[in-house]
Amino acid sequence: MKARANKEQMDRDYHIGTIDPKKVPVEELLKYYRDMLLIRRFEEKSGQVYGMGKIAGFCHLYIGQEAVVVGMQSALTPEDTVITAYRDHGHMLACGMDPKGVMAELMGKATGYSKGKGGSMHMFSREKNFFGGHGIVGANVSLGTGIGFAHKYRNSKAVSVTYYGDGAGNQGQVYESFNMAALWKLPVIYVLENNKYSMGTSVERHAAMPDQLYNRGSVFGIPGHVVDGMDILAVKAAADMAVKYVRDGNGPIILEMKTYRYRGHSMSDPAKYRSKEEVESVKEAADPIQHLLAMLQLHKVTEDDLKQIDKEIKEIVNQSVEFSDASPEPDPSELYTDICI
Amino acid sequence: MSNTITVRDALRDAMAEEMRLDPDVFLLGEEVAQYNGAYKVSQGMLDEFGPNRVVDSPITEHGFAGLGVGAAFTGLKPIIEFMTFNFAMQAIDQIINSAAKTLYMSGGQISCPIVFRGPNGAAMRVGAQHSQCYASWYAHCPGLKVVSPYDAISAKGLLKAAIRDPNPVVFLENEMMYGEHFPIPEQWDEIVELGKAAVVRQGSDVTVVSYSFMVGKCLQAAEQLAAEGIDVEVIDLRTLRPLDKDTIIQSVRKTNRLVSVEEGWTVAGIGSEIAAIAMEEAFDDLDAPVVRVTGADAPMPYAANLVSLTIPRVDQIVDAIKQVTYKS
Repeated sequence: MKARANKEQMDRDYHIGTIDPKKVPVEELLKYYRDMLLIRRFEEKSGQVYGMGKIAGFCHLYIGQEAVVVGMQSALTPEDTVITAYRDHGHMLACGMDPKGVMAELMGKATGYSKGKGGSMHMFSREKNFFGGHGIVGANVSLGTGIGFAHKYRNSKAVSVTYYGDGAGNQGQVYESFNMAALWKLPVIYVLENNKYSMGTSVERHAAMPDQLYNRGSVFGIPGHVVDGMDILAVKAAADMAVKYVRDGNGPIILEMKTYRYRGHSMSDPAKYRSKEEVESVKEAADPIQHLLAMLQLHKVTEDDLKQIDKEIKEIVNQSVEFSDASPEPDPSELYTDICI
Repeated sequence: MSNTITVRDALRDAMAEEMRLDPDVFLLGEEVAQYNGAYKVSQGMLDEFGPNRVVDSPITEHGFAGLGVGAAFTGLKPIIEFMTFNFAMQAIDQIINSAAKTLYMSGGQISCPIVFRGPNGAAMRVGAQHSQCYASWYAHCPGLKVVSPYDAISAKGLLKAAIRDPNPVVFLENEMMYGEHFPIPEQWDEIVELGKAAVVRQGSDVTVVSYSFMVGKCLQAAEQLAAEGIDVEVIDLRTLRPLDKDTIIQSVRKTNRLVSVEEGWTVAGIGSEIAAIAMEEAFDDLDAPVVRVTGADAPMPYAANLVSLTIPRVDQIVDAIKQVTYKS
């Protein structure tokens, strides 16, 4: 009886509300628009620059998933930390990292966030509390759990936002991490970005109970919620609740963001495992930026206002490429720096 | 005034002293707290430091290694105990891909001041899966420091240095050594510098290079050969990455003969590296080919007679020394 009463109390205290777009200040919506558009245009440009041979190696674009990181970030404070895997450009921009430094890193230049030694999958910003950028699927989940451990060890109120994908959710260490995070009530928000494909394997083909991914922490007592990851305000509402839940000392929580990536897994992926129609239908029906534009219409934002923002964003992105083009490659001596302190 | 101490207690004292000095240092691993350590290395530490700093983890090597690395990225200084390094194979991705490479991949922004420690190599007849030496595996990887002490005083001083070091350190202990007593000055709380080998026995006829448990066998072989008129110099490497080439080369320039001794497997072992260094940097000083004494190139057996054929014995070391001194 007591457990049930506790659960009812928890449900009352921690439920995901709905946010009425009409009641959100237009400046706030415009900020989301700006942030999401920056990610999209930056990623489109990254794809182009990759095609020109200026970016090499693996390069995983975030187009389609922009509402997830922008919505999550809206609930965080500068003390909170973020970690993700290799599809990380959007997370970095959302954390406030400089597009110039990100593009320069993509192009392997000395002015990149990792001095040209990390590349697309390995970028960090100590200043913005962004802990990478990791190339090993699932490893970032244990690392993010450790960052949460550190927050708790220091009696900080910070939360560790730990992103992973639907594919990573099949790695054993994810559940090792869930167990420890729940056992020790670590302040971790596990954000599962379910973009429906683990590289080329659809969620139905890689996950038992594919509609239950949010529930995979339940045996550890970790609550999980499904969120429309294509709706910025739905993400924002879930993020607000999750941050409160975790900051209140309740331990970890899982948010499953239902989202979709428009491009292939990486630049070398022709995406033959899904139909063009499937991709087009998502773009048509659920594009997160179009969705946000519809909300902005409610506030009578003019075409001119939006065009001005588009222009500014285009300028920022172009400047990031110009900056990177003009930047030198790392000095050969950098080969042997930063190996040990 | 001199005392003796076991390697086990020396390691405990090193951790406890560093934890008293720095609140960012904590110990986490299986059975480290309430059980006082599977091998009793952390005896009494829970009582002194409490459960927030001496943390019993579930059996979850991959997970808790990654957790430790994540905590270290924020500036904490975890000591992660593996019950044995055999189990760290489950965690080696986090040790190498996350701990060793992130400073480099982040252009120097994110350091990882962590110590991974625990017993390495063979114990008493515990079979193939509990008896591997990982020295050459870790020593291969840039971004790590790798330490493997022999006696109590160096175990203590090296572990203190490892905890203070801002880089990830793999600290390979040896279960057979935990109960061994060694002299130590009272109140001795000094640092033994990483990256420096020690000449633990001076000699003029031949240089024998080893680390960890095998240093003791080399010293026994040296005593035996002294009676036969062969004067053996024994070097305890102490740190396997970065390797102290200078001490090795200097000794070879004096003795002109070199034997390496390790319990790990032959292929791509520490001895292979020692032989390569001698060839590259002291070729003209060598009067005989370098000889490697290593563990047998087989998984560790269980039967007592087979085990004795697997781990290097004093008589094998004696034979190797006679071989390079042309006394066999």
